[in-house]
Amino acid sequence: MARFRSVAFSHALFVAPALVVSVAIVLLPALLTLLVAFADWDGASTPTFVGLKNFQAVFSDPVFWGALFNNVQWMVIFLTIPMAIAMVAASILMRRKRSSAVFQIIFLLPYVLSPVANAVIWQNIIFDPISGLLGFVSRSWFPLFNPLTDTRTALYAVAGVDIWHFWGYLAVVFFAAMRQTPEDQLEAAFIEGASGWQVFWNVTLPNILPTVALMLVLVTIFSFLTFDYVYLITQGGPARSTEMLSTFAYAFAFTSFQVGKAATVALAMSFFGLIASLVYVRMSRSEIQL
Amino acid sequence: MSQGAGKQRAGNEGTARPWEAARVAGNIYLAVAVLIAMLPLLLVAINTFKPHVAIVANPLSLPTSINFDNFSRAWRGGHFSTGIVNSLLLSGSTVLITLACASLAAYALARRQIRGWQAITIYFLCATTVPIQLFLFPLYFVLAKLGLIGNFLATATILSAINLPISIFLLRAYVLGIPREIDDAAFMDGATPWQTFRHVILPLMQPGLITVAIIVFLNSWNEFLITTTFQKGRGNLTMTLGYLSMNGIYATDQGAMMAGAFILVAPIIVFVLILQRFFIAGMSAGAVKG
Repeated sequence: MARFRSVAFSHALFVAPALVVSVAIVLLPALLTLLVAFADWDGASTPTFVGLKNFQAVFSDPVFWGALFNNVQWMVIFLTIPMAIAMVAASILMRRKRSSAVFQIIFLLPYVLSPVANAVIWQNIIFDPISGLLGFVSRSWFPLFNPLTDTRTALYAVAGVDIWHFWGYLAVVFFAAMRQTPEDQLEAAFIEGASGWQVFWNVTLPNILPTVALMLVLVTIFSFLTFDYVYLITQGGPARSTEMLSTFAYAFAFTSFQVGKAATVALAMSFFGLIASLVYVRMSRSEIQL
Repeated sequence: MSQGAGKQRAGNEGTARPWEAARVAGNIYLAVAVLIAMLPLLLVAINTFKPHVAIVANPLSLPTSINFDNFSRAWRGGHFSTGIVNSLLLSGSTVLITLACASLAAYALARRQIRGWQAITIYFLCATTVPIQLFLFPLYFVLAKLGLIGNFLATATILSAINLPISIFLLRAYVLGIPREIDDAAFMDGATPWQTFRHVILPLMQPGLITVAIIVFLNSWNEFLITTTFQKGRGNLTMTLGYLSMNGIYATDQGAMMAGAFILVAPIIVFVLILQRFFIAGMSAGAVKG
C-alpha cells in the first residue's frame, strides 16, 4: 500500500517542474498584469493604485479604437483569404497524392522561416522603391507605388506578407485532414455520379469540418494578438494606420514606460481572444479524453 | 481540384474534356502558388552574389560572377559570430528544458495517479492559447529588477513555458498509446516510478520526443517577441536579432542584406528538407480533428 501511495507522490513530483515553470512565467505575471492595470507603474518604482484611470484613458483614446478596428479587419482577412487559398490548394493536392509531399514542403517553407528574415526580405527586395522588385517594375514597365507608405493600403500590404507566410500551414493541415476522409464514402459518391463540387461539399467538407472549425478558432484568437509582422514592417505606421492592440501595448510598456496602460490594453486584447479560447478549450476537451 | 474527381469517372464514358480542363486549372493554381511561395526566396538566392549597383539596376537579373564579399560584410554587420552562439545556446536550452519538463508531466498526466490531474490538464489546455502580452510586461520588469535581462537561461525558461502546453499534449498522446500493463509489470518487478519512467516509458516515447525537439527548436530559433524583449544588449543578440540590426543601416548595401538573409534562411531550409518527414507530421499533429 505504501508503494502505491509512493507512485502518486512520485507522479506529483513529475508534474511539478512543468507546473512550476508555467505558473512562475505565465500565471503569476498574468495575475500581476490584472493588478497593474489598476495602477500607475513605470516598471521600476512602487506602483500606486489609481482605480479605473487607465481604463478611462485607454478607452477614450481614438488610437485604441483604431487599433481594435485594425485587429477586427485582420481577423476578417485571415478568416477568409488564407483559408480559401489553402482549401483550394489542399483539394488540388488530393488528386495528386504522389507529388503532394513536394508541394507541401514548398508551401511550408515561408512558414518555417523566422518572421525577422521574412519581413526584412520583403521590405528590401520586394517593397523598397530603390532596391525592391516594385521599384524595378515601376522604373522599367509600369508605375507602381509602395503600398507600405500609404495609410489606406499599408495594413493590407503587411497582411499580404503575413498571409504569404501563413497559408501553407493551413494547406498542410487541411490536406492531412482531407486524407482521412473514408475511401468508401468517396467511392459511394462517385458511383452515385456526384460532381467534383458535390463530392467536396457533401463528403470532404463535412469530414474535415472539425479541423476547419479549430483553425477558424485559432485564427480568431491570434488575430487579436498579431504582432511580429506589423512591428517588423511598419511599427504601426504610417500615421498609426497599421497600429494593432499588441503594438499599442508594447509602445506603452517599452517606449513611454506606462506599464499600467500597457497592462490595460493587454487585458483588452486578451478578452477578445478569450471568447475564442473558451471555444477552443471546449473543442479540445473531448479530444484529449479528460 | 476536386472537380476533377467526378469528371474522371465521367471520362470513362467519353467526356474527358471537362476533366482535362480541371486538371490544367489545378496545375496552373499549383504553379502560381509555388511561384509566390518561392519568389522572395529566389530573389534572395540570385541577389546574394550581386553587388548593390547590380541589384538596384535589375533585381531579376542573374549574377554575372560569383562573389563572396557580400557574405563577409553581412557576417560582420549582422554580428553573426555572436548571434550563432547565442541562438544555439538559447534554442538548445529551450529544447532541453521543454523536453525534461514536458515528458515527465505528460507521463504523470496520462497515468492519472495524482489527485487534481484533471484540473492540471485543463490548466495546460488554457495555457496553450494564452497571449504572450498577458504576462509579458510584469515579467519583464520583475526580471529586470533581478538583473536577468540578457540571461539566456532566463529567456530559454520563458520560451519553454510557452512551448510546454503543446509539448505536453503531444507527448501525452504517446504515453496514452503505451499500455498500462507495462507500468504494472515494471512495478511488480520492483521498479520505482522514476526507473519505470526512465527505462521503460522514455525509450517508448522517443518518436514523440524527436518531433517535439524539432518543433520547439525551430519555434525558439525563429521566435521574435520574447527574444527581442529579453535578449537586449549587443552581446546578447541572436542570429535573427543581429540580422534585424542591419535593416536600414545597410539600405545602400543590398548585397550584404541579401547575403545576411541567405545566411539566416539557408540552414533552416536545409534543416527542414532533411527532417521533412517529422515536419509535416509535427505541423499537423494536434491540428487535425475528428
